[in-house]
Amino acid sequence: MNIVAILKMVPDVVEEFEVAADGKSLDIEFLRLIVNERDEHALEQALILKELLGGSVTALALDAPDIDDVLFTALAKGADRAVKVTGVEEGLTTRSAASILAQTLPNVPDLLPAELILTGCQAIDDIDAQAPALLARRLQLPYLGLVSGVEVDASTNTAKVAKEFAGGVRGEFELTLPAVLGIQAAEKPPRYVPVAKVRAAMKEGEIEEVTAPVASEAALIDIIEMNVPEVAGRAEMLEGDADEIAARLCDVLVERGLL
Amino acid sequence: MAGNVLVMADQWRGELSDITYELLALGRELADGLGVSLEAVIVGHQLGELPNKLGAADVVHCLDNPALADPVPDAVSQALAEVIKQQEPAAVLIPWTNVAADLLGLLPAQLDAPFLNFCQDVRVVDGQLEARCVLYGGKMEAKVVGRARPLILGVLPGARSAEQGRVDGAPTVVAASVAIQDSGVHFKSYVEPEAGDVDITQQEVLISVGRGVQSGDNVKIAEELAAELGGAVCGSRPVIDQGWLSLSRQVGKSGAIVKPKLYIAAGISGAPEHVEGMKDSDTIIAINTDPGAPIYSVAHFGAVEDATDVLPALLDAVRAKKG
Ligand SMILES: Cc1cc2nc3c(=O)[nH]c(=O)nc-3n(C[C@H](O)[C@H](O)[C@H](O)COP(=O)(O)OP(=O)(O)OC[C@H]3O[C@@H](n4cnc5c(N)ncnc54)[C@H](O)[C@@H]3O)c2cc1C
Ligand SMILES: Nc1ncnc2c1ncn2[C@@H]1O[C@H](COP(=O)(O)O)[C@@H](O)[C@H]1O
Repeated sequence: MNIVAILKMVPDVVEEFEVAADGKSLDIEFLRLIVNERDEHALEQALILKELLGGSVTALALDAPDIDDVLFTALAKGADRAVKVTGVEEGLTTRSAASILAQTLPNVPDLLPAELILTGCQAIDDIDAQAPALLARRLQLPYLGLVSGVEVDASTNTAKVAKEFAGGVRGEFELTLPAVLGIQAAEKPPRYVPVAKVRAAMKEGEIEEVTAPVASEAALIDIIEMNVPEVAGRAEMLEGDADEIAARLCDVLVERGLL
Repeated sequence: MAGNVLVMADQWRGELSDITYELLALGRELADGLGVSLEAVIVGHQLGELPNKLGAADVVHCLDNPALADPVPDAVSQALAEVIKQQEPAAVLIPWTNVAADLLGLLPAQLDAPFLNFCQDVRVVDGQLEARCVLYGGKMEAKVVGRARPLILGVLPGARSAEQGRVDGAPTVVAASVAIQDSGVHFKSYVEPEAGDVDITQQEVLISVGRGVQSGDNVKIAEELAAELGGAVCGSRPVIDQGWLSLSRQVGKSGAIVKPKLYIAAGISGAPEHVEGMKDSDTIIAINTDPGAPIYSVAHFGAVEDATDVLPALLDAVRAKKG
């Protein structure tokens, strides 16, 4: 069972967001980037499957700030290989990134065919594509997204996959492997790894580098402008310390007949 | 026909959801703005009367096929791609629901067509479609245009009112036949959610916790507060994923849609997928340390404070008030 887990950095939504000087992109100069949450679930699901069935997990990412730490963390968590795709422009759209992935994966030594390519899904910065769907189409592999549970039957080379619908309903699907899955949630929360183990991985582990192809994808959309939406328009904001706020909220509850 | 606006109906398990009508309302506005017809497409099997319920459209393309009985994204994508190639619409509006989510990725990839994700609004500006897209969990928005046709738009719930799109009419229903190839993805069955101990859609008071409450212990404080106020505790997705609350307590796109009298959102950022599940609550109180959190655009009252301080303080204050 060989699995590739693809990781991506996104801005942390708790930060203050500002528009860049061009007026049509996010200013990421001072923003903290974190791993897309669902990618951590993809990696976790990959590690769980490897523990069950044997095989290997390769964590792969396009170059980005702090990506080395992320890849070493993946090694510390139990990934067997870490691969960084270098030579990528900054601020790629999802469509270009997916196209690079589709062109690069087949060129990574001893990587494909892997039975599963697990990605996150619905990253917060997807404006012009969904990476795993595009990747699957280009690699001509079956695809399913919003996945929250994967069981593999090695004897039939199939995966039984749970996909989320609305109202807590899930659909069970069967996919022929190899396949690409966009993971929404792993069956367990992503594991924690102590800093000491990450440091050890940094000393002993190795990040393999492959170069991105030069041919880039022509953009199909244009962002005219980007704005920070006005959020506080409707809410009456309460000031003071926690006790003062609590007292004021109590009054609101009484006024509205809720207490 | 070439140049028209095409709306995909959100048909799931034999029913049409509100967003179908929201998109028809939006589609009608865009079609009128462009001076073209509004067409709809409905996909499934044994659709019966459903195509006739899309009265706002001039024409309904009906893709009724046993291979489309279940929502296999790849099969639906193949079918839609055929219709789009035949009809050459200027724009295709697809509802941003979990049912259609994968389609939003597969279809533009298959057609190599421009795609605009997370559209909250679309307008005709100088004869061209311009979308307002929500990015970064609601912390940014962008005005975006496509460079080619057909432009595929993933439209979020709430772009227009469903009432506007629920129009009686007698659209021309056209049966479209398509050949679906096996995609290696097969639907097996649905798994219904386990019934929780409480049904959060029936509660008048909901104390909702998000990642910002930091720990399972603080969820307990929220539970106590809910008990004092005669309600229940619920949460955003990360809280469920962490195992702090069961899936039956999730509010939002993949969870429950709730409309309580009181909804206290503690440590919840207000991502669109959460907000669509709670925005119609009577009184919404948000507690979030980030003054720019999108939750404040739906809340009636807000406090930029640490929820791990406000929740216990509020619990004490409520207890004191009740005596
Ligand atoms: C297809 C799909 C379906 C989805 N369905 C759902 C769904 O049904 N329900 C759902 O909720 N989400 C859903 N999501 C996820 C959604 O996009 C968001 O990721 C999620 O709602 C974020 O949860 P959150 O607000 O708790 O966490 P975050 O976005 O991480 O926000 C945490 C917030 O807490 C604040 N905070 C931090 N510390 C404190 C403190 N001490 N006191 C007060 N505030 C603090 C931060 O400022 C931040 O705003 C879905 C996503 C997708 C792609
Ligand atoms: N630079 C990148 N841009 C977009 N997606 C990427 C990138 N690198 C990796 N991916 C993978 O694709 C997933 C995003 O899926 P989606 O949000 O549906 O486009 C991420 O979670 C990653 O697993």
